[in-house]
This record gives sequence, C-alpha cells and structure tokens, in this order.
Amino acid sequence: MPTSNDLPPQTRGLTAIAGAMSLIVILLIVQIWLLSAALESFLSGKLHTALPAAVFSGVMFLICLGLYAFVDRVDSEVRGSGNGR
Amino acid sequence: MTWLRRGSSEPLWKEEFPVRTADERYVTRRQLTKFLVLTSLGMFVGNIWILIRSIFYKAPIYGHQPVAQLGEIPVGGVKLFSYPSKDDHCILIRTAEDEYVGYSQKCTHLSCAVYYSQAENRLECPCHKGFFSIKDGAVLQGPPSRPLPRIVLEARGEQLVAIEVKG
Ligand code: FES
Repeated sequence: MPTSNDLPPQTRGLTAIAGAMSLIVILLIVQIWLLSAALESFLSGKLHTALPAAVFSGVMFLICLGLYAFVDRVDSEVRGSGNGR
Repeated sequence: MTWLRRGSSEPLWKEEFPVRTADERYVTRRQLTKFLVLTSLGMFVGNIWILIRSIFYKAPIYGHQPVAQLGEIPVGGVKLFSYPSKDDHCILIRTAEDEYVGYSQKCTHLSCAVYYSQAENRLECPCHKGFFSIKDGAVLQGPPSRPLPRIVLEARGEQLVAIEVKG
C-alpha cells in the first residue's frame, strides 16, 4: 500500500499546507464567536468576561501565527527543493 | 537593493510571481494563510478593545426626571418619554391600578422601537418579532439575546419619577 512518503514533495507540501489552513479556519471561527460573545456580555453589563475572552483570543492568534510560520517554511522548503536549490 | 525571502536565494519578486503553475499554488495558499492570520489579529484586537472598554468603564450617573402624573394614563395604557437623555426613548406602561413599569424602547436586537401589546400583555418588536416580558423585560421569543433595559421608577407625591436605568 502506498504511504504518504511515496508522494512527491510538492503534493505532500500542499497537503500539509491545506491541513494547517483548515486548522486556522477552525480557530478563526472560534475567535469570531469569542468576539461576539464578549461584545454581547459587555453590552449587557457583564464586564468580567472580557479578560478571559481576550486571553483566549490572544492564544488562538499565536497558534495561527505559528501555523503561518509552518506554512511559510513548508513553502520555502518544497519550492526550494523543487527548484533544485 | 534586492529583497530576499528568508532561506531563499531568489529575489522576492521572483518568489511571489513564479513561472511554474505548481509553484503558484504555494504562493496563493501562503497569501490566503497570511490573510487569515491577519483576520485572526483583527479578532484579537477587537477583544483587546472590549477589555480596555471594560477596564475603563464608569457606571453612568442618572438624574431624576418626572415622567408622568400618577393616574395620568389608564390601566393598560402607555406613555412615551425620554430618559436619561432626550434621544433615549422609553415606554411607560400602567400594568395595574398601582403598578407602573418603564422600559427602554430600543430593541436589544437591532434597535427598532418596541411597543406594548395589550392583547398579549408583552412588549413586541415589529422588526423581527422579538417579544419581551412586561414583568422584567426578559426575552420571550425572537432574535434579541438581552433583556430590555428597565427604567427604575419612584412615586413622589403625585409624580412618577425615573431615577435609574437597569440592564
Ligand atoms: S430589531 Fe427587534 S427583533 Fe430585530
């Protein structure tokens, strides 16, 4: 049975990037929900939810940033190897 | 001066505009990822903005304002008034002989004006059928997720005075 290692690096790279992008999209959906929930509770006078919401949103942004770094690295590695560099 | 991407010997413009279609797939995906991460940053900044507003939030100080004479409206009747500023429209309802309630008229969904339905004994928003309880302004049905702000009333002599907004 063929394994992922048998695939050409170009295809493997694209799969890895697609995976990272899917994760970013999921995190973004959670962040949008977090922002609307924090705004909703701020408007209804509940001020204590703002801090945990900001912390979690920050953590999710950092994860997204890490995933972007991963995508960038895969991109330069795969295209570098493809170009014979 | 030639800009280089980290870990690459190609000039940046060559990296961003590749000749081969296979490479272009990488560029478009990386750019979309960058856009998604910037959106994520936007969400984070939004949360920080809410946090800052929460930290510096000062409870408003409300003035006292006569809104009606006792007995001015019949049982089941309503009177519109503005409180605390003249742009904040409110509704006063006489629910029983000695019972009055006041609410902000602004629907908590998208700010349409709510009205009192005597038949259903509730406050109704005509825009998206949001219904609110007459007892405490709680949401009974529809898209609003927050109760209507309640106007605290006090009887002073023959006058009904608004003293505070709750919620
Ligand atoms: S504006 Fe009142 S229900 Fe939408």
